[in-house]
This record gives sequence, structure tokens and C-alpha cells, in this order.
Amino acid sequence: MSGQEITLTLNGERRATPAHPGERLSAMLRERLDARDVKIGCDAGDCGACTVLVDGDPVCACLTPAHRADGRKIETVAGLLERDPLAQALEARFLKGGAAQCGICTPGMMVSATALLRQNADPTEDEIKDALGGVLCRCTGYRKILDAVHPGRDKGGDRQPDNIDPGGPGHVGEAIPRLDGRGKTRGSERFGDDVAPPGTLEIRIIRCPHDHAGFSIGDTGKFVEKTSGIVAVLTAADVPGDQDFGVIPGFRDQPVFARDTARFRGEAVAAVVGEAVCMAEFDPASFPVAWTPRPAVTDTDAATAPGAPVLHARHAGNLMCKGFVKTGDAEHALAVADIVAEGHFTSGFVEHAYIEPEAGYALPEGDGVTVHACTQAPVMDRESLAAILNLPESAVRIVPAGVGGGFGAKLDLSVQPYLALAALKTGKPVRMAYSRSESMQSTTKRHPSDIRLRIGARRDGTLSGMAFHGVFNSGAYASWGPTVANRVPVHASGPYRIGDYLAEARGIYTHGPPAGAFRGFGVPQAAIAQEALLDELAARLEIDPLEFRLKNVLENGVTTVCGQVFDQGVGIGACLRALRPAWQRERVAAANFNATASGHFRRGVGVASGWYGCGNTSLPNPSTIRCGITSKGEIVLHQGAADIGQGANTVIAQIFATALGVPVDRLRILGGDTAITPDAGKTSASRQTFVTGTAARLAGEALRAKLLARVNAARDARIDLTPEGIQIVDGSGRHSVALDPAAADDDGYVLTACETYDPPTEPLDENGQGAPYAQFGYAAHIAVIEVDTGLGTVRPLRMIAAHDVGRAINPLLIEGQVEGGIAQGLGMALMEEYLPGRTENLHDYLIPTIGDVPPIETLIIEEADAHGPYGAKGLGEHALIPTAPAILNAIRAATGLSLRRVPVTPSRLRAALKER
Amino acid sequence: MKYHTPRTLSEALKILSGGEAGIIAGCTDSFVTGSPAAGRRDLLDLTGIGALNGIARTEAGWRIGATTRWSQITAATLPPAFDALKEAGREVGSVQIQNAGTIAGNICNASPAADGVPPLLCLNAEVELTSVRGTRQLALDAFITGPRQTALAPDELVSAILIPHPPERARAGFEKLGSRRYLVISIAMVSAMVTADDAGQITDARIAIGACSPVAMRLHELEKALTGQDIAHPAIPTGSFDALSPIDDVRANAAYRRDAAAELCRRIIPRLQPAGKRAA
Repeated sequence: MSGQEITLTLNGERRATPAHPGERLSAMLRERLDARDVKIGCDAGDCGACTVLVDGDPVCACLTPAHRADGRKIETVAGLLERDPLAQALEARFLKGGAAQCGICTPGMMVSATALLRQNADPTEDEIKDALGGVLCRCTGYRKILDAVHPGRDKGGDRQPDNIDPGGPGHVGEAIPRLDGRGKTRGSERFGDDVAPPGTLEIRIIRCPHDHAGFSIGDTGKFVEKTSGIVAVLTAADVPGDQDFGVIPGFRDQPVFARDTARFRGEAVAAVVGEAVCMAEFDPASFPVAWTPRPAVTDTDAATAPGAPVLHARHAGNLMCKGFVKTGDAEHALAVADIVAEGHFTSGFVEHAYIEPEAGYALPEGDGVTVHACTQAPVMDRESLAAILNLPESAVRIVPAGVGGGFGAKLDLSVQPYLALAALKTGKPVRMAYSRSESMQSTTKRHPSDIRLRIGARRDGTLSGMAFHGVFNSGAYASWGPTVANRVPVHASGPYRIGDYLAEARGIYTHGPPAGAFRGFGVPQAAIAQEALLDELAARLEIDPLEFRLKNVLENGVTTVCGQVFDQGVGIGACLRALRPAWQRERVAAANFNATASGHFRRGVGVASGWYGCGNTSLPNPSTIRCGITSKGEIVLHQGAADIGQGANTVIAQIFATALGVPVDRLRILGGDTAITPDAGKTSASRQTFVTGTAARLAGEALRAKLLARVNAARDARIDLTPEGIQIVDGSGRHSVALDPAAADDDGYVLTACETYDPPTEPLDENGQGAPYAQFGYAAHIAVIEVDTGLGTVRPLRMIAAHDVGRAINPLLIEGQVEGGIAQGLGMALMEEYLPGRTENLHDYLIPTIGDVPPIETLIIEEADAHGPYGAKGLGEHALIPTAPAILNAIRAATGLSLRRVPVTPSRLRAALKER
Repeated sequence: MKYHTPRTLSEALKILSGGEAGIIAGCTDSFVTGSPAAGRRDLLDLTGIGALNGIARTEAGWRIGATTRWSQITAATLPPAFDALKEAGREVGSVQIQNAGTIAGNICNASPAADGVPPLLCLNAEVELTSVRGTRQLALDAFITGPRQTALAPDELVSAILIPHPPERARAGFEKLGSRRYLVISIAMVSAMVTADDAGQITDARIAIGACSPVAMRLHELEKALTGQDIAHPAIPTGSFDALSPIDDVRANAAYRRDAAAELCRRIIPRLQPAGKRAA
């Protein structure tokens, strides 16, 4: 490919470079002009992450031909932050206000907002929305971004100025800005595709275009020979170890490369490795493979029908597994109940739609391979790769890259095996980044659900019996399907007192994309059904829906459906009670609106609860935190909890600093590189703040004890980090701690500590009775919505979210989790459904934009938990679980319609309104 | 493969007549499905040709250069009859897309859901096509011949959109319905241009619906039925939307589209009352 030399001014500097016909400006900037602060999310203008200014105007660099930069002035976020005071002030507001989470969209947001502020120093909220409407964010829910862009609001939402005190020690309870924030605002954090040096070999996957097909691969040797720039082809024959991978023992059924049969559209059958310039033009259709499409079963009804093709021989009837919980006699209780509500609820695949597609870089190192990739679970990646590569774990090193959003899907392997296999086969460094459509086709989804539920109640408003039968579509492979099947029956009761309960969940294989972990592991789907029926019962009993819930909520000392009794820490009642004032106010306001408004608009207010057990279900779930003090007095924290935007790098450090008794900004924090940092477990199941946080507290306390012992100081002594070294101050005076370099270990630490925490759980018996979790977190949301009955559209007007977090380690990050979870729940309720072959991009698959998320008020409840660090509980999944049911209940309040399928698209709602 | 960046129209036409080059402009559609390089054709970038860009008032009406970007249109000073075109421009993708996407690209891409087409139909827009053979004009509804199909000959390019002077008192509006606020492909859209006399009686009505037929279309029967009616309370005859032929897709089903188009129509006409009269 011939390049034509162009010259441009990049961030104030004149640069010359060849431009290739058809090349995207984004690629040229990133690969030849060292501007990796320009992030790639979709290559289609759908996400805006790559926004740059061309002669001052924001455009998507992915849709701009490289040639068009000739003679132009190009500005990226890095340049704006060097030279533009507006951008610098904006960055300060982004950091202080918590407007960046994972950071992959942040450069696009910052660039777009700077362009706005240059034109308009005092924009209205609508003007900010118009300016940022082209940049998608999947983490924040946008509200903190809106606040940060406005120059008049530099305190981060409603927060009082004194709550943000960057000068303080940053201990537990302080709403400090995230410690790794600047890498995000400046675009300097290295995400999966930012690690590789330019010019390394690249990999492209050959994927099955059918839901189910046989295939045969032609002469790959000849293909390599005749295709210039291609150096290798990988197929199943190149996998030296385990052919199949997976996350659950006994369910490792997903092949690295399909063998003979591909079971879903997008499944990998081969990989092509070649030189960068050739791979840019590589056409996968040129690869020698012949497909034989076969009959496919793509939903659970078809997959369980008699005679349906069986995906995995060991699983007759395509039944992957079952989960079951039973207590009391549900059928009897339902029979004697005064009223019974019942329903059949369904939902489709939901895509995680993080803005960073999976990407990474690998190189042969020592006797093995090092893989840099975005991941939620570095140590699981290492175990899986070692098995696939037939190498000892010590020969596989995982260096987690920045993670541009995960939400569950980056727990599973994606690019890692291809990178590792290609690096070992070629002996050279290799890189790959999934295209947006590859990411959507091949990585995991939320399980489609088909739920039949009955709940009974007595006239006095107490619940009487609940029977839940859920079928979950796990797609072609198990992934986290068994976890979903186990978790759902434990949680399907909601946080309520139900003595007579039966819940069964079945995971079914189909010819669809593997369904895996996604914020809530099936619980959000179950909550939609359960909370809808509670509202219907309340309506029939003529009891206020919030009071009806309060009458039945779990309290301390009340037995859960698994027979578990918590004598402390049950905060759902507190959440619902905290919502009472808003509930009453909003219901009156909506009633007044509906009484006076003419025309098509009807308002409604809905409430829903949620609970979620933090950590693995009845399984070991340890986290280890290691720390040390160097001879120079530097305090180093090995923080292995993957920060996927939620803030583990900050929260774990805050806990550790509190326990040790030093300011958080004096820590040097090392990440989850498996060569230097012990296993802090996976970032999933809302476990990091709880489990790794407890390990961090223990490690901080242990290191403190060792430090104080050096000078025999009292337990309440103060640690002073002075330019002269570490000093300890107690009643007996000030003592310098001698840190002898000769006493340092191989890592340079004179003092170290390493602590592990594993939450206490007990196995579940055949009826699901036991102690599945050491703690639950609790939440309740109110949704206020407006329905346009003429068009069937729903406009959320406001959300009020009460969350029992035990102890708010960092209130700013808590609000961020809540707002982001609500945005995802809103998407699930109103617009999101992944259809293989039809919505494999971010313009056909819709996630909420900045114009779709209403104001959110977060009420933090602190019902301390005895196990969590300083009383803290997990939060990640809880933020999403009550949102969709609250919205559906609000639609019901506005229209009288009980909708049984999400998403409630305008088309579906209008059809229901017409049938009414 | 070459990337041509001509500065003059004649240069561009000469390259185009060679048959080797594909036209690109804003690239907001052409760069979406993979790289245009994959097609192995030379690329002819029209955006460097000054004569193809900009909006000018002429004796016959208005001339909008082919590569005029949506952000230029929304910022331009134009008669109220162009308000629908401006409102549509603000609904094209996002600011980023509006800063790149061109008006001619929107019609040449010929998506059934092209935001620009319904307002241009109401403006009775004509398309100016130029080649080394000369220049011709086609009405917009003759230019777009089907989904993703136009009457553009291989050696032709769209050089301008020509719009006759609209009625002096005409007011225009645009409504786009999608499942989210920004960056959304329409489920249905309606563009209306209505002229009313001092008594509020409609003297001229033009209604176009997008995303509900293979090509956006004017509803001439409805327009006739509206003429003479009170703009504040127009009665829309049943069957007015029978000419539409919406499809079922991931965004909505056909029945909903037809329904929504009718509802948007009912709402948009009263919105176009002269400013002082709307409070009622």
C-alpha cells in the first residue's frame, strides 16, 4: 500500500506522515503519530470515543479519512490538556466530580466538551447534552459528566465542598477522587489496544457466519504461501493443551477453535497472523473454509423440544444444569393464600457494550509467554492459558491492561488464547483488537430468560407462598451459566420473608452466543418478575406498594429462603424507609400531573427492591493482599483486584491506608501483574470491596503491627512519613524507624505483610438450604416516568436510589456505581436486546445516551456488616437489579399495563396500549 | 490505489470519468462498514472543492452545495420554511456526524431512514447532477429510486441541491421518533411545511414521511385534504397513510410505524401555527 505524504499540525506541532487511501485518521494518529490518547470503540461513528478536533470542530477520527488531515489542525485530548486552560479546568472538574470511571470514553467526552466550552462559556444542560450526545459511556450514567462539564458546578453533583478534601488522608469514608483518574482524563492509561508497539504482527479470527454449521478448512499452508504478509494460520490442531476452556469446573466446554462443528454465529474456527500493513487490508472471505449450515435451535423452547439437535452429547435435551431452592410448602401456601398473582416473563440477550472492545498484546518471554490484555480476572486467565498452552502456570504471565469497562464479560477469555498461541508459534510479539461486531458476536451476553412465577398473599398483606420456574438460555457454551442457575433460586424471592418457597432454574444450551456473567448473574431478570407481581398483589390488596414491601421485608433475625439467618446487617428495611418521603412526594406530584394534564402524557411512580449476595455462592472465594516497605520508607501496595472502572484501585487503597494509618496518596500501588502480585480473585459478584477490601484491611493492620513493633510503640501511635523517613509518634515520643537496606528481601522490602481473606459460607444442601453468602447488599429504587400514550415512548424523569452499602468507603465512587448501574438497568428496561446477525453494532443495538438518563438521587444507607471491611458491603450488581422492575412498575402506575417482556420498546408499549 | 483530492469540479469530473474512482465526502456512511480501501477502488474526495460547498440564494431559489455539512446548514440563516431541514440536521447522528456528514451524501446513501430526505421533499428539492457530459436536474423523488439506489450515473456526481423559493409564509417542522435521544436511526419521521392565511386556514400543505417506505415519500392525498382546514385543528382522513409500506425490523414493527407516522402528523401540524397564535 502506497502512502502519500501529508503534513498536519497535531496538538500544535507540525508533523509529516504518509497517509494510506482508505485509512482512518484514528489509525494514523494512534499507529504513526503516537496519539494513543485517541481511543477506538466502534470504527463506525456510533460511540464517539475517538473524537478529535479538526480545525476546532469535533469529529469522529474513525470516520475521517487520514488524508483529510493534510494541512489541518488536529487536537486530541492530550494536546488540549497541555495547552487549553478550558480543558485543564474541565479535567479538574472531571476528577473531582467522579466523571470518569473506566476512562475509555473520557477522551471523547473531554474533547467534545472542550469544543462546546470554547463556543459557549455557560451552556445549559440541554446544550451540554447536545454537545455530548455523540459520545457513549457505559459506566457513569452520564450525570457526573453533565455536572463536570458545566463550569459553574465544580463540586460534583450536590456534594458539599467540604466532603471533597483532597488534602485529607483519603481514609475510609472520604469521597476522594479516584487515584488513577489522570490516566483516564488524559488518555494515557494503556487499555488493551494501547500496549503493543506499532508494527507488530496482528491476528484476525475467522468466524462462523451461521448459527450452526459444519466446516472444513482447506490448505492453510498454501494459503500462507500465496497471501503476502501472512505468516501463520492457527487452528484447533495448533492447541497443544486443553482444547476447551471455561470458568466452571465440569463445564469447560468452549473450544479455543471449533473442531468440525461451529455452534454459534461468530464462533472462532481459525486465526490468521500477519504483518500489520497486510492485515489492515485482509479480507476474511479469502480464507479457505467451506461451511455446511445445519439446523439451529436458537431459543430454549426449540432447544428443549423433542428431537431438537443436541449441542453437547453429555447434555441430553440440551439441559446444561439446574439450580434449586425449596423451603416449606409453596404449593400449599399458594393454595391457602387469599390472592395469587402470576405471570410469564421473558427477556432477551443483553450485550455488555463496554466501549472498549477486547484487545491485547503478547510476546514470548523466557520459557513461556506474557499476555497484556483487558481482563477482570488475571489469575483465572493464567490458569486457563496454562492449560490451553500445556505450560506450567509459572511460564504464563498476565499483565492486566487498563479495562475499558467489563460488567462481567471480561471474566471469560477472549483474545488471550489467540495472542498466546500466536506469540509462541511465531516467536514474535503479536497484537489483536476485536472489531465492535466481533466483540458483540463472540463474547458473552446476559442470559435470555423465560420465567413463570406465582406469588400468594393473605388479606393482611403478608406473603403466602412463591413458586418460581426459570429457564435461562446459556447459548452454545456454559460460561457462567451454572452460576446463574445456582444464584437465581437463591435470590428470586427478593429480600423478603417467604416461608414457603420453591424456585428452580434451568440452564439450556442453544445455538446462540455464550451467555455468561453480566452484572447480577440472572438476578435482574428474576427481579423483574418478582417485583412486578408484588405490585400486582399490592394493587389487588389496595395496600400502598412501598408499605406492602416493608410489611414483608427481611429484617435482622429473619430466615431467608435458604434458611440463612443474619442477626445483623440486613438493610433493606432501612432502604425502603429512606425512600418514603420521595415516594409520597413523587406519587402526589404524578397524580396531580395526571389529573390536570391533557393530551397523551401520563406519569407514573414505581418502586422495586433488590438484594445480592456478595462473592461466590457457597464456594471458596479468597483474596490476598501483599504489601511492603522499602528501605527508603516507600510503602508499596500490591493491589490485584482488577479495576474495571468501578474504582478498586482507589477503594482498596483507602482501606489499606486506613488500616495502616498513612495518607492514601503516599502509597505506591502496583497492579495485578501475576509475576509480582498475589491473587485478589476475580472482579465479579460485587466481591472486591468486601473480600479484597478485608484482605487489604488485614494486610494494613499486619504491616502496621510490624512497623510499630520496631519501636515498641503503642497501638494508637501515629505514623509520620517525613522526608527523613518513617517516624512513629506515641505517648512516649517520636521514634525513627530504621529500615536497613541490607535487611531487604529480593523485592526490596524491609518489612512486608501478606494477608488472605475468604468469606465464611456453607454449602447448600439438595434443597438449597445453607449459608450461601457471608453478606448481602440491599437496594431499593424509585422510578418516575412519563409515558407518551400516543407513541408508546417512556421518558424516565427521575430516579431515587437507596443503597445499603454497610459502610461507604468512598461516597463519590458509590454514587458513580449507582448511577452507572441505573443507566444499564434503564437500557435493559427500555431499549436493549441483542439479536445475533441483526444488532451486531452500536447503532442497531442501542444503549442509553446522555439524553436518556434522568437525574438520579442516591441515598446511602450504612447498615454495617460484621464481615466487611469497616462494615462495608458490595455494590456493583445491586445498582442495576431494582432499576428495570422500578421502571416497569412505574409504567404500570401510569398506564395500568403490566408488561411481561423487556425491553419495553415504543412498538411493544403502543401495541399493549391499543389492546387495553 | 489512489486518494484523489481535486480542488476544482472539472478536475473531479475528469477523474470520475476514468471509471476507477469511488466518490467520498463526509464518510459518515462510507467508512462505517469496514474501510473503503477494502473495495480496492481509488477514492475521490470531493470535500476540497470550494465550489461544491456552501449555501447561496439565487434568483430561482436556494442552492446548497453538495458537500455542505449538516452543521453548516443548521447554523445558516434561512427562511422559516427551512426550519424542518435544520431540525432534521440537528437529529443527524451527533455533533460529530453533523460536522462531517454532507447533504448530498445523505441523499446519495439513499437510506429509507435518511433524516434529510423528508424535509427536502417538502421543499420540492431538485438534485443537480454533473458529469463531463454536462449537467442535469432531477426532482429528489426521481433521484432516489429505491433503498440504497439512486439515478446517479457512474460518471456523475451530485453538485448541488436546488430549492425553489418556498411560499413566503410557510412554516416547517420535523419530528423524529427513535428509541433513544441521540445517535438513533428513525423508527419513523415526519416533515411538514404548512402555509396558513391570517384566519389560520391552510393554503398549502406538504407532508413527507420517512422510514415508513422504501424511499421517504410525500403524502399528496393528505396534503390535498388538509388544504382549507384550520391549522389548529386539522382533521386527518382515515386512509391518509395507506400509501406507506413500512417494514418490521429490529427498531419496530410495521403496524407501529404506520401508527406512529400518523400520530406524528397529527401533532406536527398545529405546532406550525404562526407564532402569535399558538398559545391556544
